[in-house]
Amino acid sequence: MKHLLSTGDLDLANSLELLNLSVEMQGVNSRDVKKLPSLTGRTVANLFFEDSTRTRFSFEIAAKRLSADVVNFTAKGSSVSKGESLKDTVLTLEAMGIEALIVRHHHSGAANTIANSYWSNATVINAGDGTHQHPTQALTDALTIRQALKGKEDSGDLSGIKVLIVGDILHSRVARSNIDLLKTLGAYVGLAGPSTLLPSEASSLADAVYHNLDEALLDGFDVVMMLRMQMERMNSVFVPNANEYSTLWGLSSERFSNLKSSTLIMHPGPMNRGLEISSEAADSSQSAIVDQVRNGVSVRMAVLYKLLAQESSAK
Amino acid sequence: MSSRTVLDAQDIERAIVRISHEIVEANQGTANLLILGIPTRGVHLANRIAASIAKNYPEFEPSTSVGKLDVTMFRDDLASKPSKAVTPTSIPRQSLENLTVVLVDDVLFSGRTVRAALDALVSFGRPKAVRLAVLVDRGHRELPIRADYVGKNLPTSFSERIFVKLTESDDEQSVVIEK
Repeated sequence: MKHLLSTGDLDLANSLELLNLSVEMQGVNSRDVKKLPSLTGRTVANLFFEDSTRTRFSFEIAAKRLSADVVNFTAKGSSVSKGESLKDTVLTLEAMGIEALIVRHHHSGAANTIANSYWSNATVINAGDGTHQHPTQALTDALTIRQALKGKEDSGDLSGIKVLIVGDILHSRVARSNIDLLKTLGAYVGLAGPSTLLPSEASSLADAVYHNLDEALLDGFDVVMMLRMQMERMNSVFVPNANEYSTLWGLSSERFSNLKSSTLIMHPGPMNRGLEISSEAADSSQSAIVDQVRNGVSVRMAVLYKLLAQESSAK
Repeated sequence: MSSRTVLDAQDIERAIVRISHEIVEANQGTANLLILGIPTRGVHLANRIAASIAKNYPEFEPSTSVGKLDVTMFRDDLASKPSKAVTPTSIPRQSLENLTVVLVDDVLFSGRTVRAALDALVSFGRPKAVRLAVLVDRGHRELPIRADYVGKNLPTSFSERIFVKLTESDDEQSVVIEK
């Protein structure tokens, strides 16, 4: 495994290895000295063509805790604003001896394009490409679910766990990555959203598809994962208006209070409070939203360690 | 290829009992001792040394005095060699302050594993002292490192291979040299 482009590329053994390595990294992150020498002398570039807070910072912290040198590239403030192409940007970084590219791009398939091109020999990690995939977020979510429902030390899969993903499935790379990984790990996956925001192949992706949130919530899911409503899509083509969306598809305080008290509430962030999720749900003790962010650093350390320290020895 | 058994099951048992006595003697008792095995077989040896100490010194409590220290992520040959899978590290103490840590491994060879273990240990804190116990010292050190407690000194040529087998992980118990 040289690149991490999609959770669809991970088999069960690889997925569990990454999750269990993440647990070891959590151990490192709880020590006084939060540093491993594993990537000393290696250079990692954060290549972000799209805005991000938690993904970019957590990749940067993860790389630094493994002793790699990190350079940060953001499209704003670079030669991209002068019209430089993706290809020339990557060729430039390659010439400077970058060994790993962490890529966030607004076009689906950007990371695959770099990985399969002659532009670079670097390891490519997809940090979100358009509406396609965001594999490290899915690994973070899987780890959060496993530790919340099966215990901190558990090292197995997610069989027997029912996960409901709610909202804009169509445009969500988080949903797509999560569906792939959760299925690989043996979980039962349900999707709920307005039919305009469900992909046409929804019923073949998941175990169950719901067109009514209240109906879905009656089915005893262990995890309810709310997706961010992407405000730029809040127009008449997809959803009539924000109020209607919130009424039909939001995890309101009333819907939240009807859930059993063991139901885990998740959201990949950034949240639109009051739209897809109420503050009562987001701030409750059942909410794993802060854990999702905390686990992000450990998971990204595990991914960098596996791809750069363990597997790229065939230089 | 010829192979020769240099320690049999009984020899290994006796070496472990002797090392456990030497550790307690040098430490002037069992207070503030922490025994850490280096995976895989170092962990088994550490558990056996602790069991042997506990048998003779009832005040010694293995559950808070034995752990394991995975050093894979601290190795200096990560970039050139495919590395092993990382296994859990467990250190049954909050702080290493005032403790004498005894690192346990099966074979001492180049000394690079021990160097990695020293680095790994430092990330947990500052022990009062660190000692090293090994079942076999085969020579060919590449670093200024030596063992404090040795089961068997085994002069070898560089091309020979040493196989340590213990009942916890293998179907027999012996130390075999293959040339």
